[in-house]
Amino acid sequence: MEEKKEDKEPKKRVNMREQEPLVRARNFMEVPYGYNPEEAVAEASRCLSCLNPICRKGCPVAIDIPSFVKLIKEGRFIEAAWKIKEDNALPAVCGRVCPQEIQCESMCILGKKGEPVAIGNLERFVADYEREKGEVQIPGRPKLSGRKIAIIGSGPAGLSCAADLIKSGHQVTLFEALHKPGGVLIYGIPEFRLPKAIVEKEVDYISKLGVKVVLNAVIGKLFTIDELFSEQGYDACFIATGAGLPMFLGIPGENLNGIYSANEFLTRANLMKAYLFPEYDTPIKKGRNVAVFGGGNVAMDSARVALRLGAEKVHLIYRRSEAEMPARKAETHHAREEGVEFLMLTNPVRFIDDGKGNVCAVECQKMELGEPDTSGRRKPVPVKGSEFQIEIDVAIPAIGTRSNPLLTKTIPDLSLNKRGYIIADEETGMTSKKGVFAGGDIITGSATVILAMGAGRKAAKAINEYLKWKYWDTSRFVGQ
Amino acid sequence: MFKILKKEELSDLVILFEIEAQDIAKKAKAGNFFTLRINEQGERIPLTIADFDRDRGTITTVFQKMGKTTHLLGALNAGDSIMDVIGPLGMHSHIENFGKVICVGGGVGIAPTYPIARALREAGNTVISIIGARTKNLIFWEDRMRNVSDELIIVTDDGSLGRKAVVTVPLDERLTEDKDIELAYAIGPAIMMKFVCVTTQKHNVKTIVSLNSIMVDATGMCGACRVEVGGETKFACVDGPEFEGHKVDFDLLMSRQRMYVNEEKIAFERYKEKSGVK
Ligand SMILES: Cc1cc2nc3c(=O)[nH]c(=O)nc-3n(C[C@H](O)[C@H](O)[C@H](O)COP(=O)(O)OP(=O)(O)OC[C@H]3O[C@@H](n4cnc5c(N)ncnc54)[C@H](O)[C@@H]3O)c2cc1C
Ligand SMILES: Cc1cc2nc3c(=O)[nH]c(=O)nc-3n(C[C@H](O)[C@H](O)[C@H](O)COP(=O)(O)OP(=O)(O)OC[C@H]3O[C@@H](n4cnc5c(N)ncnc54)[C@H](O)[C@@H]3O)c2cc1C
Ligand code: FES
Repeated sequence: MEEKKEDKEPKKRVNMREQEPLVRARNFMEVPYGYNPEEAVAEASRCLSCLNPICRKGCPVAIDIPSFVKLIKEGRFIEAAWKIKEDNALPAVCGRVCPQEIQCESMCILGKKGEPVAIGNLERFVADYEREKGEVQIPGRPKLSGRKIAIIGSGPAGLSCAADLIKSGHQVTLFEALHKPGGVLIYGIPEFRLPKAIVEKEVDYISKLGVKVVLNAVIGKLFTIDELFSEQGYDACFIATGAGLPMFLGIPGENLNGIYSANEFLTRANLMKAYLFPEYDTPIKKGRNVAVFGGGNVAMDSARVALRLGAEKVHLIYRRSEAEMPARKAETHHAREEGVEFLMLTNPVRFIDDGKGNVCAVECQKMELGEPDTSGRRKPVPVKGSEFQIEIDVAIPAIGTRSNPLLTKTIPDLSLNKRGYIIADEETGMTSKKGVFAGGDIITGSATVILAMGAGRKAAKAINEYLKWKYWDTSRFVGQ
Repeated sequence: MFKILKKEELSDLVILFEIEAQDIAKKAKAGNFFTLRINEQGERIPLTIADFDRDRGTITTVFQKMGKTTHLLGALNAGDSIMDVIGPLGMHSHIENFGKVICVGGGVGIAPTYPIARALREAGNTVISIIGARTKNLIFWEDRMRNVSDELIIVTDDGSLGRKAVVTVPLDERLTEDKDIELAYAIGPAIMMKFVCVTTQKHNVKTIVSLNSIMVDATGMCGACRVEVGGETKFACVDGPEFEGHKVDFDLLMSRQRMYVNEEKIAFERYKEKSGVK
C-alpha cells in the first residue's frame, strides 16, 4: 500500500496486487488480487470530488461515479455497490473487463497531470465486497403485468435486459443456445481475467429475481420467433445473440489440424474446461510453439491461454504496428510480462503441412505502413521478398467475428445490413419487425460488455413503452 | 435433464436410446442431428436423430460405442438422464420426388439412413436401399429398412449376413443396370462415403453424403467442424451435415477426424481403468 502523504501533491494511484507474471503464466487463476478495504478507501480518497464531474460522461451507461466513490471514501461499500447497480447490472464484470482507460478514467481530472482515479478497480472492489459479504439485495417481486417477453441470448445484453424487465413485473424467459448462460463472459473471456464463478453469481441473481433461464435452446431451430409470438404467447422479444461467427484468414492450409479459430480455442478452454483434460473430457491441442494472429483482446486472451496450457513459445502476429493494436493496454502489458512474443508488421501468407495433416509452420511476410485507410489507421503493405517461416504446431486466427445467420435467416421480415447485422434503432433497439427488439454485438458487431449491457437496458425501457401502446413505426426501415 | 425412456442393445457395440425431448421431437426432420453432454465434465458430441415420435415427445438415436463418451453413454440405462440435449441441428434433408433413388447405409450409418429413406419413399420415390457392415451382428434395423424400401440389399465384409461384399459392389451393379436412378444417399464411415462417391461419379449420379466432422457447439460459432466442399470451406454443423458428395474433400475430413487420436486414447484408457470395461 502507498504510504500516506499529508501535502497537497496528488497521491499516487494504489495499484492492485497481482500474481507474479511467470507464476500466473502457468495457472488459470485470476491475475490481480483486487483491493482490500484500506486500499479501496485510499484510492477513493484520491478523488477530488469535482463540482462538475466529467468522469460520468465517459461512462457509456453514465454510472454515478462521484457518488459511489464518495461512499467508498466513507467506508460504505455495500451502498456504493447498490449505487452502481442503479445503472449497471454487472459491476463485478465491468470492473474487470471495461476499457476504463478510454472511458471514465480518460476524463478524470487527475489524469491530466498524473494517474486518474482507478474507477474500474473501485467498481470491482465494491461488487466483490457485496458478493462476498452475502449482502446481495433481492428486491421483492413487483405486481405482475401479465405480459411475456422472450430474450434470445444470455450475454451481457440479454442479461441486463432481463433484469430490468423482470423488475417491471413481466414474465421473462431467457433462451440460450449453449449449455451455460453468460455469452462471451462464459465461453470467451478466460477464467484468469473473469472468474466464471462471478458470472454464475450474476446469472443466479437474475434467476432469483424471477427470470426463467432456458438453456440448450437454439432459437431459429427449436422455436422460430414467429412461434414464440403465436404459439407461446410472447408479447415482445429481444434478440441479443452477439457476433459469434468466427472469421478465418483465408490463406492456404488453414484447415490443417492444429489451427483453431479463437472462438473454438477459447470455447474449448473456457466453456468446456479443456485445460482440465482428462478430468474434463473435451480435448485441446497444447501446442509447444503457438502463433496467434490479430491484435485485439481476443488475440491477447488466446495467446495467454496458450501459455497457460503449457506452450514454450507464443508468438502474437499482427500486421500493423503496436500503436494500432485495438487490445486494451492492460492486456498487451500483461501478455508481454507473461512472455508472449510480439511480432508486429507481420502477415501470414500460408500454413505448411507436416505431411500428416498437421500444421508445422507458417510462412509470413513483413509489412510496412502506407497511407491511412478508411479506418484512419495506416494501411499495412507487404515488403517484397521478406517471406520467412516460423515453426509452429498450433495456430489461432483471432481476426474478428461476424454475425451468425442461424437465427436471422429464419426471420424473413427482419432487415439486416450488408454485413448481416440486424438494423435497429440505437435508442430503443426497435427493428423492422413488430415486437422484435435487438441489441448488443448483433447490432454493432464486436464491441464491449458495457455497450451491450447499455443496449439491453435501453431496449428494456423501450419494450415497457411498447407494451403500453403497441405502437410500431417501421417506415424508417423501408428500403434498407 | 433429459430422460432416457428406452434402451435397446442392437449389437455388442450399437445401442438405441429413446430420449424424452418434447420440443426437439416436434421440430425434428430427417437429416437433423442433436448434440448431447452427459454430465458436467462431459464433452459435447453430435448424434443423428434416427427417428422421432411427435405424439410421445421422444427422439430416437442409435450410436456405436467408440471411445470414452459413447461408452459412458452406453452404460446409461432407461430411467437415467442426460444433462444436456440440444437440437434439432443442421439442415434437414431435401426431400422431393426424384423418381428412383438409392440409399446406402454403412455400419451405424444405417440409423440415420432410415428416416431419409422413409421420407423419400413417402414423397413418392422408388427406394432401393443397401445396408452393410463388417459382420452380421453389426447389422440392425433390417426390418425397418425393408419397410421403407422397394428393395433392400444387405452386405457384410465377412459374408455372415447377406452378400459377402462391400456396399460399393451392389451399388455399382445397380447403377449399371438401372439407368434411371436419379440420386444416391450415402451415410456411414468417411471412407465408405468416399468410395460410394467414386462409384456414383463413374455413373454420373448425384450423391448426398452426411459429414461427421468433429464438432463442439454445433451452432456455427467455432469452426471445429470445417470441411471443404467444392474448394470452399463450410461449417458442417450449420451448412450441412449433408453435402454433395462429389465435391467433398474426404481426405481432409478423415485427417481432421484424427486430430485428437492421442487424447481420445488417454480419455478412453482412463475410463476403462475407472469403470472396469474391457
Ligand atoms: C475473447 C473475448 C474477449 C473480450 N474481451 C472484452 C473486454 O475485455 N472488455 C469488453 O468490454 N469487451 C470484451 N469483449 C467483447 C464483449 O464480450 C462483447 O462485446 C459482449 O459480450 C457482447 O454482448 P452480447 O450480449 O451482445 O453478446 P454475447 O456475449 O456474444 O452473447 C450472445 C449469446 O447469445 C447466444 N445465442 C446466439 N445465437 C443464439 C440463438 N439462435 N438462440 C439462443 N441463443 C443464442 C450465444 O450462445 C451467446 O451466449 C471480448 C470478446 C471476446 C470474444
Ligand atoms: C452430424 C453428426 C452426426 C453423427 N451421428 C452419429 C450417430 O447417429 N451415431 C453414432 O454412433 N455416431 C454419430 N456421429 C459420430 C459421433 O459423434 C462420434 O462417434 C462420437 O463423438 C465419438 O465420441 P467418443 O468419445 O465415444 O469417441 P472418441 O474416441 O473420442 O472419438 C472417436 C472418433 O469420433 C469422432 N469424434 C470425437 N469427438 C467428436 C465430436 N465432439 N464430434 C464429432 N465427432 C467426434 C472422431 O473422429 C474420433 O476419431 C455423428 C457425428 C456427426 C458430426
Ligand atoms: S461445431 Fe462449432 S461451428 Fe460447427
